[in-house]
Amino acid sequence: MNTPVLEGRDLSRHYRVATGIFGGRGTLRALDGISVTLQQGRTLAVVGESGCGKTTLARLVTLIEPPTAGSITLDGRPATGPQAAPLPELRRLVQMVFQDPYGSLNPRKKVGSIIAEPLVINTRLSAREREETVRAIMDKVGLRPEHYGRYPHMFSGGQRQRIAIARALALRPKLVVADEPVSALDVSIQAQVLNLLMDLQEEFHLAYLFIAHDLSVVRHIADDVLVMYLGRAVEQGPKARVFAAPLHPYTRALLSATPTVDPKLRGEPIVLHGELPSPLAPPPGCPFHVRCPHTRERCRVEVPPPRPMDERMVACHFAGEL
Amino acid sequence: MDSSTLPAARQSASGAPPHPFLEFVQEYSSSAGAMAGFLVICALIVVALGADWLSPHPPHEQYRNALLVPPAWAAEGNAQFLLGTDDIGRDILSRIFHGARVSMSVGALVVVLALLLGIALGLVAGYFRGITDIAIMRAMDVMLALPSLLLAIVIVAILGPSLLNAALAVVIVQLPHYVRLTRAAVLNEWNKDYVTASRLAGAGPIRLMLVTVLPNCVAPLIVQATWGLSTAILDLAALGFLGLGAQPPTPEWGTMLANALQFIQRAWWVVTFPGLAILLTVLAFNLMGDGLRDALDPKLKQ
Amino acid sequence: MPLLEIRNLSVEFGEKGHALRAVDAVDLALEEGEVLGVVGESGSGKSVSMLAVMGLIGYPGRVHADRLAFDGVDLLTLPAAERRRIAGKDIAMIFQEPMSSLNPCFTVGFQIMETLQVHEGGSRRQRRARTIELLDQVGIPAPESRLNAFPHQLSGGMNQRVMIAMAIACNPRLLIADEPTTALDVTIQKQILELLLSLQRERGMGLVLITHNMGVVAATSHRVAVMYAGQMVEQQPRDWLFGAPRHPYTAALLEALPERGLGRRRLPTIPGVVPGLYDRPSGCLFHPRCNFVQERCRREEPGITHSNGLLVRCHYPLGAGAPGDGLPSGGGRP
Repeated sequence: MNTPVLEGRDLSRHYRVATGIFGGRGTLRALDGISVTLQQGRTLAVVGESGCGKTTLARLVTLIEPPTAGSITLDGRPATGPQAAPLPELRRLVQMVFQDPYGSLNPRKKVGSIIAEPLVINTRLSAREREETVRAIMDKVGLRPEHYGRYPHMFSGGQRQRIAIARALALRPKLVVADEPVSALDVSIQAQVLNLLMDLQEEFHLAYLFIAHDLSVVRHIADDVLVMYLGRAVEQGPKARVFAAPLHPYTRALLSATPTVDPKLRGEPIVLHGELPSPLAPPPGCPFHVRCPHTRERCRVEVPPPRPMDERMVACHFAGEL
Repeated sequence: MDSSTLPAARQSASGAPPHPFLEFVQEYSSSAGAMAGFLVICALIVVALGADWLSPHPPHEQYRNALLVPPAWAAEGNAQFLLGTDDIGRDILSRIFHGARVSMSVGALVVVLALLLGIALGLVAGYFRGITDIAIMRAMDVMLALPSLLLAIVIVAILGPSLLNAALAVVIVQLPHYVRLTRAAVLNEWNKDYVTASRLAGAGPIRLMLVTVLPNCVAPLIVQATWGLSTAILDLAALGFLGLGAQPPTPEWGTMLANALQFIQRAWWVVTFPGLAILLTVLAFNLMGDGLRDALDPKLKQ
Repeated sequence: MPLLEIRNLSVEFGEKGHALRAVDAVDLALEEGEVLGVVGESGSGKSVSMLAVMGLIGYPGRVHADRLAFDGVDLLTLPAAERRRIAGKDIAMIFQEPMSSLNPCFTVGFQIMETLQVHEGGSRRQRRARTIELLDQVGIPAPESRLNAFPHQLSGGMNQRVMIAMAIACNPRLLIADEPTTALDVTIQKQILELLLSLQRERGMGLVLITHNMGVVAATSHRVAVMYAGQMVEQQPRDWLFGAPRHPYTAALLEALPERGLGRRRLPTIPGVVPGLYDRPSGCLFHPRCNFVQERCRREEPGITHSNGLLVRCHYPLGAGAPGDGLPSGGGRP
């Protein structure tokens, strides 16, 4: 119980890309120095906007891509580097639910076949055993028995996400990476799917790496929060502290920008100026300094390292003073 | 928990969505042209399969006393030879029926071979990328740069004139289209989440190519294959016309045309009917291909 | 006189007999300088109703309305050319996906100048100057250098600003924004909403803001209209709606918001799904999913009740959270 399900240390992912027509090579720093620890049964929410690297982090944790630097340990077993455990073993530990319910299911396969695929590839169950397992999971996620033989295009967005969740659970993983699983759903369906995720977490002691941009969803479902900006962690810690008293200026701006129904939850409005910078040309020093309302000279020059403060890690030179 | 599924476009009385094949049939049959093409092709298949029984005469039989007889409805026509006879007394109708068999079967063979080889090359190019992709695609580009008929002629000239060699030549000529189509479809599907999900489930290259991606690339390939069949028949006829394909006495429409050109003034029927047969067949396949594309596309767009 | 007046608007698609009513008997009114938030989930008909106002519903859609008037002018009986002059000049619309709403083959400057040319004319130099002025007004830095940029070279937020510039180019009296910020990041979303509101205040425009995000509506609108399955189910001033929703759907929707679920482990959900083409319920469209359904709801379709600036389509509107005759002065037309 004490071994963290996921441990990522100093994860970085850089891409070499061609910039300009004359083939000059630049480096896209999608991820820089991210460290995360996730225990069984807990949810770590990763929050940020376009270009912050959250999707890259998801791809690293699910072992789709190797990190340029840093290490990942899944349930105590090394997942990267020369000592890495064999992939089939690691695959059973981590699975993923994707954002787009309309693109994440193979349109040419029936629901039963989609959910059974991980079993076909990784286990030696007979066809009948597989069908039993699949039907049991379908029941758990709220699908009806007659859905087994239907094609994805016959289902609504919310139901497709249920199918995707069922597929992710087929191998009984310990960690589920959910990449914006409810962003594309209507509010009432969103509530159903969030409830389902929380029920499943309780029943199977799943750990969630929950990527989202909607802070109200994060507030509801997360235990810990990691706020990212341009590939770096800017604030990281328990949800209650981060939401109650955000320390990093970007976290404050994000909270302020999230539209909320309750006027009491609206703090002073912070409108950031400028565009999200491109990960191809990150500004020197603190990546956020260009848009930060409190920029000082030091911010332009020196990259702030994450330092512990008030039960969290914050990457800002002047966090305590603002 | 929510329960009802979205109804499909047309719902059966029981409330369950119709099977995708039924949806496809409904969509396809709504186009008159496509149905006409389909019916003509059905007729052609029947004729091709049953040529031996449907033909009034054997195709090679020469009736010395009935040379260049006009069709039955013309002045000196003979009810025995419905479409008349050619210059050495063979019944044209029978030769056209047997020609259907030759064209359809060889055409089908050509398309199947080109499809299999093309899909294999396209899958490999799209999956492995890098130098493999570059090598395959540049080879295809070279083949596409040469005029197709010219390329076919060169290949047959090297291999020697025969129906089989003509078929091989047409396979090579058609190959790049299928390779490009497959590769483009693979690249298109590769970035979609369901492929990533299969990779996460542990699928290896073979499974990813054949089980995950290929079924989703099939629609444009089917449409291309239908058009490819009509092109194959045309190309075979052209090669036959040039004397590089089916050799006499094989009743192949193109060869029949080549032989008949000299009679265009005296005996129009010897030229016209094989030509009409080619026209009708190619038109039918094109219409069917259009209908297939329309019927398959909207479902994909869903 | 209201700026925009819509009574009994319906939009149908499909053959008569199996027609899908995307919009069903909708009433709306917007005063000058007012911000109306139209909120609803997928399939609620909120976008289609505004497209009908702009005259953008083509065949096979059919638009019916008792009244569809802009500034007193009846849009339904207007000849097509006249209508085109109003739509685009006096009424402007911006859409959700800025990348696909702008023509990728032409520069941003060209597209704005084209709008100016069609509706206002003027020499090329005048239009260029006006375009730079507009780009500046929507907050694009260094506007002269952006004139020759193509949409794909700009970010989503920038493109949306360009769309807004095009929309306000001819000084419209009414701006319809269809999910203008849904495709944008949260901090950019805030910028764009602030921009829209400040433009609206400066110019005294009417603004119809279509969205599925209750939070956006709460922060921006004066009045809110809630739509469900093509029908208007509730319309109230903003504070009244969020403080005391009258329609069970609105109440359930607010309950299902994650932010309202603070402290509770599970969010209250609305069982069932929005009715589609073939499973329209009898009586009230919401009754299969309503917590307060009664016998009358299953049989009889509720009419719209008007009272004191409040519209609700329900037999038993909520008052203080419970059904009953929840209207301040009771009664109304069926």
